[in-house]
Amino acid sequence: MKILALDTATEACSAALLLHGEILERYEVLGRGHAERLLPMVQEVLAEGGVALAALDAIAFGRGPGGFTGLRIAAGVTQGLAFGAGLPVVPVSDLAALAARAAVHHCRRHVLACLDARMAQVYWAAYDCADPAAPVTLAPERVSDPGDIRLEFVAGPGGQTPSECPLRFFGVGHGFSGYPALAGMLGSRLEGFDATLLPHAREVALIGATEAAAGRTVAPEEAQPIYLRDEVAHRR
Amino acid sequence: MTSGPESKTPGFGLPGSGERPLSQGGISGRTWPPGEEGLRPHFRVLGIESSCDETAAAVWDAEAGLLAHEVFSQFDLHRAFGGVVPELASRDHIRRLLPMVRTVLEAAGTTPADLRGVAYTAGPGLIGALMVGAAVAESLAYAWGVPVIGVHHLEGHLLAPMLEPEPPAFPFVALLVSGGHTMLVDVEGVGRYRILGESLDDAAGEAFDKTAKLLGLGYPGGAALAALAEQGRGGRYDFPRPMLDRPGLDFSFSGLKTAAMLALRERPLDEQARADLARGFEDAVVDTLVAKALRALEATGRRALVVAGGVGANRRLRSRLAEAAAARGARVYYPRPGFCTDNAAMIALAGGLRLQGGERAGLALRARARWPLDELAPPPH
Repeated sequence: MKILALDTATEACSAALLLHGEILERYEVLGRGHAERLLPMVQEVLAEGGVALAALDAIAFGRGPGGFTGLRIAAGVTQGLAFGAGLPVVPVSDLAALAARAAVHHCRRHVLACLDARMAQVYWAAYDCADPAAPVTLAPERVSDPGDIRLEFVAGPGGQTPSECPLRFFGVGHGFSGYPALAGMLGSRLEGFDATLLPHAREVALIGATEAAAGRTVAPEEAQPIYLRDEVAHRR
Repeated sequence: MTSGPESKTPGFGLPGSGERPLSQGGISGRTWPPGEEGLRPHFRVLGIESSCDETAAAVWDAEAGLLAHEVFSQFDLHRAFGGVVPELASRDHIRRLLPMVRTVLEAAGTTPADLRGVAYTAGPGLIGALMVGAAVAESLAYAWGVPVIGVHHLEGHLLAPMLEPEPPAFPFVALLVSGGHTMLVDVEGVGRYRILGESLDDAAGEAFDKTAKLLGLGYPGGAALAALAEQGRGGRYDFPRPMLDRPGLDFSFSGLKTAAMLALRERPLDEQARADLARGFEDAVVDTLVAKALRALEATGRRALVVAGGVGANRRLRSRLAEAAAARGARVYYPRPGFCTDNAAMIALAGGLRLQGGERAGLALRARARWPLDELAPPPH
């Protein structure tokens, strides 16, 4: 499986090339400047891997949630590359990619991914990352006030009712640094957190490969961001 | 929305049009395999525009002219908000742009192998909206292995009359009048622009839209105001002709809008009086634009005037300019009305001319909210 993956959902900008199980990657925390760096990163990993764009199996991209303009940079570049080279696309959740990253870095299985959504809100979702290349959603992604994160509604892996669910979660994402009270609010359901990790194209590639292998790909024009927040203007 | 093959526009006599071998810019992945040059006999360019609230794509060919173009206006999307909402504009661009690219390529009977480059609007405009066009255009060009270029939106407008069957020849004076800009530019060639004068406050189109709003004509109501003015009687409202009494070629329209507001407050107006007011307003704007355009022709000694931008479609402006210019032995050139407003045909043309001139952009997506026109330089050749 040969997958190119892109991510510009947060202040990190990254590209990764999954080539027969090996990963070549570029990752920079930029704040601004994703627009300048993304295509050069793509060119670099392809050159390093010695593989032509058209020889890939699919392009995966972090489709959000995240910064709106950044999401459209990855989505737009994915559209152009995929249409131009005749490749299918795999949209990958940035919360799932971030959860998978935390699972690998901290050897945890159950992860609550939580990104600062500004406007006093967070994007969040919970996953079972037993296989980090295929996170299983336990609580679907949504945008809410930090105080509205409810892990007691997450059903247990053994079919337990939500209230009996024994799971404790490891937290990841800058939602925890943006809202320092969050960890306390989650109480005993949280077993530590890492606010520094950011979504990375490496996990987007790994999850993308799983999806592509299962045939879950879309056409280039369907490489669309998932914003979660849709109230962006007020009618007069 | 329009699409499909357009009438043939002749190439416009630039030296080496379509013949010059492209010098490749040392970016690996962008060079064509040697020998493939012969498979791309025409200089054909895909153009992309997404700087504000119109999504557009077009295919232009240096010899055959415009082959296809399509524009989608987000008018309905923003109307309820009383103005363009940048985030909504960007969201719509990324949904519509790629399907539109597919459509124009099909309508032009063009495959990627026929293309010699991709041109996109790199500014000025809404940064998020521009970024969508930049991302799609740059990555398409990368995947196709063709050169790419970021075009100045106003350069597109300046050169748009060159898409018409009788294009103007350089040099000329251009009057650029839209909702975002009012300026007079001396145009010696591609990238050789000298700004002679511009609006110090509101653009002419902005004054139209704001006055239309005062008259309850909705948003954007500039065209509705012009239609209402058709029913009005001249001379009933004598609005100031801003800055006509002063030397120079700058404009100012905010005072005119205020004068219209004060006239509206004075007493309630019946339908005829509203039309008279619209007429008085339009006459004042048109008089000012015409007088300054003539001054610019005089100052530069040019014999050709290009009028571009949304207000360039205004009927009264067109007839008054035609009269006034003819009296001085000058000729006025316009794009067709559909190309006065934002479109990708003008971007494909302007980008195509620069690509033919050997200019190339790199792999960075270019999107500039502000970009002074006089920062532009001619292409290398």
